[in-house]
Amino acid sequence: MSESDAPAVLMEGVRKNYGSTQALAGLDLTVAAGTVHGLLGPNGAGKTTAVRILTTLLRPDAGRAEVLGLDVARSAAALRGRIGLTGQYAAVDERLTGLENLEMFGRLYRLPARRARARAMELLERFDLADAARRMSGTYSGGMRRRLDLAASLIIAPPMLFLDEPTTGLDPRGRIGMWEVIGDLVRDGTTVLLTTQYLEEADQLADQISVIDGGRVIAEGTADELKARIGGHQLDIEVARGGDLTAAAGVLAGVGTGEVTVDEQSRRLSVPVPGASVLAEVVRGLDAAGVALVDVALHRPSLDDVFLSLTGRASGAAAHDGGGAASDTPPAQGGGSEPQDLVTT
Amino acid sequence: MTTTETAVFGKVPPDGSPAGAAGSRSAVDLTPASRSGLFWVTSDAWLLAKRSLIHTWRVPDVLVFSSVQPVLFVLLFTYVFGGAIDVGPGKNYVDYLMPGVFAQTVVFGAMLTGMGLATDKQNGLLDRFRSLPMARSALLTGRTLADLVRNTFIVLLMLAVGLAVGFRFHDTSAPEVIAGFAVLLLFSYAFSWISATIGMAVSNPEAAQSGGLIWVFPLVFASSAFAPVDTMPGWLQAFAKHQPVSVTIDASRALFQGGPLATPLISSVAWSVGIIAVFGPLAVRVYRRSTSR
Ligand SMILES: Nc1ncnc2c1ncn2[C@@H]1O[C@H](COP(=O)(O)OP(=O)(O)O)[C@@H](O)[C@H]1O
Ligand SMILES: [Mg+2]
Repeated sequence: MSESDAPAVLMEGVRKNYGSTQALAGLDLTVAAGTVHGLLGPNGAGKTTAVRILTTLLRPDAGRAEVLGLDVARSAAALRGRIGLTGQYAAVDERLTGLENLEMFGRLYRLPARRARARAMELLERFDLADAARRMSGTYSGGMRRRLDLAASLIIAPPMLFLDEPTTGLDPRGRIGMWEVIGDLVRDGTTVLLTTQYLEEADQLADQISVIDGGRVIAEGTADELKARIGGHQLDIEVARGGDLTAAAGVLAGVGTGEVTVDEQSRRLSVPVPGASVLAEVVRGLDAAGVALVDVALHRPSLDDVFLSLTGRASGAAAHDGGGAASDTPPAQGGGSEPQDLVTT
Repeated sequence: MTTTETAVFGKVPPDGSPAGAAGSRSAVDLTPASRSGLFWVTSDAWLLAKRSLIHTWRVPDVLVFSSVQPVLFVLLFTYVFGGAIDVGPGKNYVDYLMPGVFAQTVVFGAMLTGMGLATDKQNGLLDRFRSLPMARSALLTGRTLADLVRNTFIVLLMLAVGLAVGFRFHDTSAPEVIAGFAVLLLFSYAFSWISATIGMAVSNPEAAQSGGLIWVFPLVFASSAFAPVDTMPGWLQAFAKHQPVSVTIDASRALFQGGPLATPLISSVAWSVGIIAVFGPLAVRVYRRSTSR
């Protein structure tokens, strides 16, 4: 609970080349003990390389890297007994059963046989794999295998856990389940460094986010801080009648902090606004002007927008967020306005 | 959005607190046992050997395929080529052939060591093993020992096939016969370490297989395995007489059937010990530097 403790992870100017490919170009990273830190970046940004260096699998070419106060190169052996790693690809033995996998890893963590088995059973139960405990893990679904993989990295209840793209390949249900597990771990005091290409995931899980690109950190902060960097909120509305567009634009111009954009085809308008407090004012104003609304939505900028503004290009992972830009929505879905998410007063 | 999904992974106890996740609340005592270094080196290697043996047992196609091929060789050479190959007056070709088949079997069997390790490397298990506090040599020692057990099994199977087609021990004793197999298996163990080095250095099992066969084929076929070396052209004889596969076959032949023993035996053991001394540490070194993908 002592926040002033030494950081759980410290990287300073870490460089790593693979032949002529520069994977890390002077990476600086600090992870406070007891927090979840998200390493967010597109494919090839250097996330896996950073995790491999911190888990003693790779030696840095230059720079300093410490985990739990131990230097990853000089104290590698001691460090291995105190960390858990779930790599980018589920690393379980497909020809062993779930139970055999966890028992073997437990023994390799130097637990005596009986305790290794008890711990394996406990984790299988915990990760909802008890029924499949005696089946070869090669027969597991992708989600089950990922859970077994995560269980394997938790055998000794490591104070520091590394998760490299823990939800890649999981369906939405599995992803939410994984998020909950990670949340539980952190509540129990584990420090987690996780990498992700999903902006939404970093937003959900991480206390602190480092955006990395080209092997270096290009931005750092909480999700809110990163979002604040590119401004406040955006208000999107859809009006029922094309004839109301001008009147509606007038109302929005009165509350907005920037230019009102109007898409006549879809009868949608949007404008940057300072905060959520303007919503009531907008709705009242539109009502007074006799404008009938089909839809109104207030967006905070997504991390996609952050990434775009930081790197000048879209992130590697496709954003799925439905909301957003009205400009290239397909022509309005027919005149019959079935106002499904109508907000009125 | 959360309520319906709450229990996807864990059982949430009635009090609503998450079940002992990271294990600060684990019921199991998670402090490692303290033992000496040598204890761990042995214990870790044993765990990984057991794992490889479970693989063989559970997915026996590898075992079946690596037995079928030498059986075909025995039948082919005994019944098709046997009549045409002269192994000396009054000698039976199958008696000459079988030590060669044993050697061929264990050398090709040793190639599986590298393929298995390259598979671990490809599917990410290598990263997990390397991030654990286990002995650095354990994965390789465990694997090579398991492959030794598997090779022993296949050699005994080949012996049964040989006996069925007329192979017999002559002018020998039980200890000599056992020594003959020991020489073959020591040689197989040594080749497993070469194979392990290749498996750790390449990126996938296919590469480990072709990387292994390239140098194993000439060693097995330009040897005294199937025909006496003196029938080969002069330039080949020099190689074929002294290369490790030939001397090992010659040593086991002498132990099974009588004949000059000292020179081939000493050469074979020297080759095996030398190979282990070089490739053992080399393979571990490559292991310590390789990562999955
Ligand atoms: N073993 C390797 N050999 C050569 N290049 C590699 C290797 N691993 C990664 N790279 C390169 O290093 C860069 C960073 O890779 P990586 O750390 O895997 O990124 P990320 O995990 O963010 O996708 C990429 O350009 C990648 O192609
Ligand atoms: Mg990666």
